[in-house]
Amino acid sequence: MDPAEETALLDSIQKWVDREVRPVVMHHDHNDIWPAELVDQMAEMGLFGATIGSEYGGLGLPATTYAKIVSQIASYWMAITGIFNSHLIMAVAVERFGTPEQKAEWLPKFATGEIRGGLALTEPNAGTDLQAIRTTAVRDGDDYVINGTKTWISNGLNGSCFALLVKTDPKAEPRYKGMSLFIAPKGPGFTTGKKFEKLGYKGIDSAELIFDNYRIPAANLIGGVEGQGFFQATGGLELGRINVAARGVGLAEGALRLATDYAQQRQTMGKPIADHQAIQLYLGDMVTRARAARLLTFDAAEAYDRGERCDMQAGMAKYFASEAAVKNSQEAMRIYGGYSYSKEYEIERFYRDSMLMCIGEGTNEMQRMIIAKQWVKRNPA
Amino acid sequence: MKVLVPVKRVVDYNVKVRVKSDGTGVELANVKMSMNPFDEIAVEEAIRLKEKGVVTEIVAVSIGVQQSQETIRTALAMGADRGILVVTDQPTESLAVAKILAAIAKEEAPQLIILGKQAIDDDANQTGQMLSGLLGWPQGTFASKITADGAMVTVEREIDGGAETVELKLPAVVTTDLRLNEPRYASLPNIMKAKSKPIASKTPADYGVDATPRLQILKVVEPSKRTAGVKVKTVDELVDKLKVLGAIG
Ligand SMILES: Cc1cc2nc3c(=O)[nH]c(=O)nc-3n(C[C@H](O)[C@H](O)[C@H](O)COP(=O)(O)OP(=O)(O)OC[C@H]3O[C@@H](n4cnc5c(N)ncnc54)[C@H](O)[C@@H]3O)c2cc1C
Repeated sequence: MDPAEETALLDSIQKWVDREVRPVVMHHDHNDIWPAELVDQMAEMGLFGATIGSEYGGLGLPATTYAKIVSQIASYWMAITGIFNSHLIMAVAVERFGTPEQKAEWLPKFATGEIRGGLALTEPNAGTDLQAIRTTAVRDGDDYVINGTKTWISNGLNGSCFALLVKTDPKAEPRYKGMSLFIAPKGPGFTTGKKFEKLGYKGIDSAELIFDNYRIPAANLIGGVEGQGFFQATGGLELGRINVAARGVGLAEGALRLATDYAQQRQTMGKPIADHQAIQLYLGDMVTRARAARLLTFDAAEAYDRGERCDMQAGMAKYFASEAAVKNSQEAMRIYGGYSYSKEYEIERFYRDSMLMCIGEGTNEMQRMIIAKQWVKRNPA
Repeated sequence: MKVLVPVKRVVDYNVKVRVKSDGTGVELANVKMSMNPFDEIAVEEAIRLKEKGVVTEIVAVSIGVQQSQETIRTALAMGADRGILVVTDQPTESLAVAKILAAIAKEEAPQLIILGKQAIDDDANQTGQMLSGLLGWPQGTFASKITADGAMVTVEREIDGGAETVELKLPAVVTTDLRLNEPRYASLPNIMKAKSKPIASKTPADYGVDATPRLQILKVVEPSKRTAGVKVKTVDELVDKLKVLGAIG
């Protein structure tokens, strides 16, 4: 992408954040209110179509530009990036694996935000172990009938359509061969549970999706062939990890920005605390960590844009950036001293929000195991 | 009607400017540049007039280095229809700019030219007035409200001690003040669409203008540092201190 054009996009995002997001973030976060006005503005800004191809009315942004946008917004309020991020992962599944008819029908509506949604994989008994899901889809004439429960689904209440992972053949061995992915709009038989109360990631709704004889046309089976679902749902993971890494970068940089300002304003023993060596050690670590997280993330994003395999880079970026987010927000808490604990300051939100980055999109335990396995495989003794 | 909006590329208003070590000007290398904020207000006003159906075409003009094209693109992304870039590497002085704009106005025949009241780099506040003089068109400077129909434009102006309303016969020159509007930020789709809007590339010579600077900058210096304040506990102490400083008798 032309650098001048990318700068123009990021400038506009910054103006939007400064004018619309920053004044309302605390109110929405503290009261866990879904930011309806911001969502309308995100649609207007084109964010719901950011990565969708221009032939479907999207912006067709490369992963690097998209990751820059995500980290920039996340450095002020991470949670709202989930509103378009989860939606775009659903769109990616349709764009990469859907039939031409499915792309023509759904992508233009996804791109404008007329239809918004997310990705429904996790179940009460299956998170990391996705192949253990129990939701089933049974063919009945031109339809499928779906039964089961999904949990922790981002945008579950306010979204109207989900990429839904099910078993079309629960007896298949290996288990992944019996899995399929559907485009599932809300309708009869598809209800939602109550909104989850969470530590952080407020403003965006997480909920249970309940399917009770939910009937859906066979035309909604992504790609039109059963048994591809596991591959389709995890095929977007490189991009998914880059996205979460970008959020981690944003949180790490945001915590650093707040701490940097505070350390120069707060005085003890007659000088700003930034002049005390103990605080300098924190700041030195935080700057370095944020920079390393950024470089790892854009290393992965650039490889992705070049069309190279980048699962290992994306995994390292996701792992490192999410841990950087946690550490930087913790150390920013130290720098703020007692005020870090006050809800009148913003830093406690970074502390609450950052932990999620280590869990979602493949836990950091799994990331390290996958990185290690890849590494050993590429370096046989 | 057609509106002409000149837009200038300046150091972004968020940047803390630094004087170059040789004292010849301010540091521009690796400094974020943006559209002059008063010009953004001018573009916004033109777009609002277009949305009201009064204006049919908005032409954004920038005079300066090649990268001023980015400033025109910003105007196009906000909603201007096309651009004219007049490339010159020399410092742009108000009179030369006014002469070029006057020549463009003769060629394009707009009904209205909306400029920022000043650019935040030199704060000269004279280009609009000079342009009005060169063209012999009426001027409404420091506008805080603009209403236009096909024949007239009404401008509420900010003046010392209040507001003044003037009615100008078109064609006219109007300059914007801060309170006129709050400029929009361009949406990402509009930024990307702006790529395909046309920008004509020209030089001052194309308009028969010699843009060689008439002014010579002798020296640029930082404002002198303010000495730190002191806190006083009581009004009596304050009065004493002021007396010591000779601020009161
Ligand atoms: C706020 C929030 C939003 C979410 N949004 C979505 C969403 O939009 N869509 C969606 O589908 N899901 C969503 N999730 C679910 C999330 O993806 C899962 O919570 C995550 O995948 C972990 O699964 P789990 O909770 O079942 O934990 P488990 O899989 O039970 O893991 C528990 C612990 O065991 C470890 N572990 C598990 N398996 C292994 C193994 N084989 N080897 C070593 N260690 C292991 C894990 O690393 C972890 O430490 C969301 C979760 C949260 C909290």
